[in-house]
Amino acid sequence: MSNLILLSHGSGGDSTRQLIEKEFLKFLSNPILNELLDSGVFEIPGSSFKMALTTDSYVISPIFFKNGDIGKLSVFGTVNDLCVVGAKPLFLSLGLIIEEGLDINDLRKIINSISEAANEAKVKIITGDTKVVEKNKGDKIFINTTGIGIVESHRDWRDRPVQKGDVVIVSGPIGDHGIYIMLERLSIQTDEEVKSDLANLSEVVLGALDRFDQIKFVRDATRGGVATVLNEISQKYNLTIEVYEEEIPVREWVKNASEVLGIDPIYSANEGKFVMIISQNQAQDLLNYLSLYPLTKDAKIIGYVTDINKPKTYLVTRIGTKRILESLKGDILPRIC
Amino acid sequence: MTNLSVINQLTKIGKIEVEFLVREISQLVSNENYTIMEFCGTHTHEISRYGIRSLLPKSLSLKSGPGCPVCVTAEEDIDYIIQIVEKYDLSVITFGDIVRVPGSKGSLSYLKAKGKEVLVVYSPLESVKIAKNNPNKNYLLIGIGFETTVPTLAYTIKKIVEEDLKNIYYFSLHKLTPPAMKALLDSGEVKLDGIIGPGHVSTILGVKGWQEILKDYKIPFVIMGFEPEDIIWGIYILIQKIKKQEYGVFNTYGRSVSFEGNLVAQELVNEVFYISEANWRGFGIIPNSGLELKPQYQYLDAKKIFLLNEPIKVRKTGCRCGEVLRGVIEPYQCPLFAKVCTPDNPKGPCMVSSEGSCAAYYLYERN
Ligand code: SF4
Repeated sequence: MSNLILLSHGSGGDSTRQLIEKEFLKFLSNPILNELLDSGVFEIPGSSFKMALTTDSYVISPIFFKNGDIGKLSVFGTVNDLCVVGAKPLFLSLGLIIEEGLDINDLRKIINSISEAANEAKVKIITGDTKVVEKNKGDKIFINTTGIGIVESHRDWRDRPVQKGDVVIVSGPIGDHGIYIMLERLSIQTDEEVKSDLANLSEVVLGALDRFDQIKFVRDATRGGVATVLNEISQKYNLTIEVYEEEIPVREWVKNASEVLGIDPIYSANEGKFVMIISQNQAQDLLNYLSLYPLTKDAKIIGYVTDINKPKTYLVTRIGTKRILESLKGDILPRIC
Repeated sequence: MTNLSVINQLTKIGKIEVEFLVREISQLVSNENYTIMEFCGTHTHEISRYGIRSLLPKSLSLKSGPGCPVCVTAEEDIDYIIQIVEKYDLSVITFGDIVRVPGSKGSLSYLKAKGKEVLVVYSPLESVKIAKNNPNKNYLLIGIGFETTVPTLAYTIKKIVEEDLKNIYYFSLHKLTPPAMKALLDSGEVKLDGIIGPGHVSTILGVKGWQEILKDYKIPFVIMGFEPEDIIWGIYILIQKIKKQEYGVFNTYGRSVSFEGNLVAQELVNEVFYISEANWRGFGIIPNSGLELKPQYQYLDAKKIFLLNEPIKVRKTGCRCGEVLRGVIEPYQCPLFAKVCTPDNPKGPCMVSSEGSCAAYYLYERN
């Protein structure tokens, strides 16, 4: 690693993971943190239930986008990180770092959408903090939210062993958010259908965990995309995953834009999609259940756990060849030709 | 010339046809040794990403060429940019992976982490807005890219002039592909039987843009699209041409590439740039292979305005990118490949760029 922090250390891919493992865990290691889940899950002494705690900072540009803004993202992002570990989100903290000169109307819009998103996700903001930094010392507004939730034991999937033959499911078409934001930054005029997939996943995910006791892993596929999540699973459980390109749902506009930009949607960020591992005998029922929700009606089985003791991820391409599928390396940038 | 209408119908080839074509290719090759080169980095990337090599007969060898703008950027140029940025306190605006290419004293990313302003924009046009909104800073816009990207940069230059901006300068790293193709064939270092012609570049240049340069060589050059089916179909045509000893430029990417190319884009580039020599990594100076700003824009030309303290002396490193770019070695033959040099810690531009062959081999072809 170089001796300076570079932007790629925050990309959510391998560099971020290396930073966490080599620099943070070295000093901060404990059994809860070491699990490296989206939320830390802990027990309350003297009580039968568990809690989950997560935190996330939102430093995005643009701060307003189609189907959302930084406010809505900072609520749903944290809520999603809680629900994927089986936690019902309850309370959020809200930390605002505002750059001097931000238009008060923009701030009002953001707070308003925080309020709407919190209502939708049934969480309350119960504490907060505001700081203003000098012009050029920030980028309009940064938001940190910390969320806490309660984990009922039947939703806690962490100790269920992943096995050969288990099925990999994605909850819908992938890559929307990342590809859309890139088009936005390129100032490319886009149709109405081209937008972020930002959504609150808690209802559908918790509902699934209530119904299916063979769900063995859930993660929302944000930065680093589905490919990075798959690699995390295969590393964590020391197993081989094979996914099929033809089965991976991708919207037409995402496909077209990603060809032009030279970016594979499998590495592109999502803000309303999750990856689940479930045993084969419950997979079809889970798909039936997911099809009832507009958010997950296009969920699909994209692959299988094909082997144990070999931490590898493979993609079978649409022309029938098989190759390794790596996690995201470095930053995602449009191709130069 | 191949019948374009037939090929157009075939652009949606299915899996079964792919299998058929793969069998046909095998039969045509029938264990004879052939070497073909994909000139363009996007082809390299897609060939690896779709595992196409694994479908082809072993005796048909696919080499990657120099068609990756970031990869062919000379180390001297990176050092030059870093030197003038520090000496004249310039803020850098650029796009794409060039910021991660290591020079003798680190990369632009490193410069940025040390506190220099280095802005990676998605579109070069953003530079106009940035320079306008920050009149007290001086900006260096790094223009990089082949024929495909230059028109956007030419348009950006015209905007800079229109807005009468006096705080932005241009550093051209642009390169033209046909002269590099010629240099490669002239060197004779790798014996090639056929060439996979670049798709993107040819949308601008047209078939015509290659004919002049290739007319003296006995080699078929087949322009191909980028879908795996396009590539397999194109290779099938290329092998046929090789066997029949039919030479010249053939187009199998008719849905995007015309005979004349994009005349509007060509005109725009001609208005702003003139053809000059350029320094290519792995090749050195290639005549008529670069673009510089025409005299009326020279007040924007960083190379004319900012002078170096000392001539650039390039350090020697273990990176063998130059040989990779000439098709002399495969990425895995570089001793640093995947051991010291990885996409997270690249030692050379061929591992930095998403178009680079070292990155393609690292990401898709290690087992
Ligand atoms: S593997 Fe790295 S060091 Fe070796 S040639 Fe490629 S870029 Fe250079």
